[in-house]
Amino acid sequence: MTIDWAAFTPWAALAGGALIGLAAAMFILLNGRIAGISGIVGGLLNPQAGDITWRIMFVLGILLAPAVWLLAAEMPSIQIDADYPLLIIAGLLVGISTRYGAGCTSGHGVCGISRLSPRSVIATLAFMATGFLTVFIMRHVLS
Amino acid sequence: MNKTFISAFVTGLVFGIGLLVSGMANPDKVLSFLDLAGAWDPSLALVMAGAIAVGLIAFTLVRGRSHSLLGEPLRLPTKKTIDRRLVLGSLGFGIGWGLAGFCPGPALVALGAGELKAAVFVGAMLAGMGLFELLEHRKPASSQPAKSQ
Repeated sequence: MTIDWAAFTPWAALAGGALIGLAAAMFILLNGRIAGISGIVGGLLNPQAGDITWRIMFVLGILLAPAVWLLAAEMPSIQIDADYPLLIIAGLLVGISTRYGAGCTSGHGVCGISRLSPRSVIATLAFMATGFLTVFIMRHVLS
Repeated sequence: MNKTFISAFVTGLVFGIGLLVSGMANPDKVLSFLDLAGAWDPSLALVMAGAIAVGLIAFTLVRGRSHSLLGEPLRLPTKKTIDRRLVLGSLGFGIGWGLAGFCPGPALVALGAGELKAAVFVGAMLAGMGLFELLEHRKPASSQPAKSQ
């Protein structure tokens, strides 16, 4: 293993992580809910009365984050190398699997681990493992 | 407007800004973290550490409470069993994450930043989630859908 020290951004990572944690904290303390993106978005595809507006407001907040950011600073780099077919396959897989597995990086990886949920620890280990494996195969076996 | 709607909006905003600050909204950086055999960028391990450090405090504070500060009932997942759905779903999610470097939150942020490729990913993700709902509702009424995180 070689560490890419030039790309390593420890302070931005910690500060950004703390903000993500703050969002998770706000949501449980104020709304009494887990800030899990796949669950919040997925719930909009099976809408229940009285359970829609908060989801839309949360998603709007995320979507408008870049616009608010631009008021203060330049947009950081967002580099998407995957081509369209790969993006479609990846998106379908992420959509169906996160609903099937009841969470993603935010619900299991941040909130679940923060509340010491054994289910979320297992889920996080599982998706990290296949994430590492998939990138290994894509970058070092297939190419 | 209902206070919980405002707090949901502000929470989404803080979450999205956190993703931008941390670098998680950039798939190239995410894939550099997942590429252990290449030039490895360990940054995202610190994103997780920072988020969990703050999250631990919050979830400790709510322990034993039945309602949030705004008077909403506390809705924590009740499921405890580690079942096939959880493990297979999470394994599948990791594959999708590794293919493009996007998980749901960062894809929404990149869409908000006007990235066309993020819009395509989000469209496919919504289709996948819709497919899940269709499959769930085809099941007999006795089976319970998964309680989402």
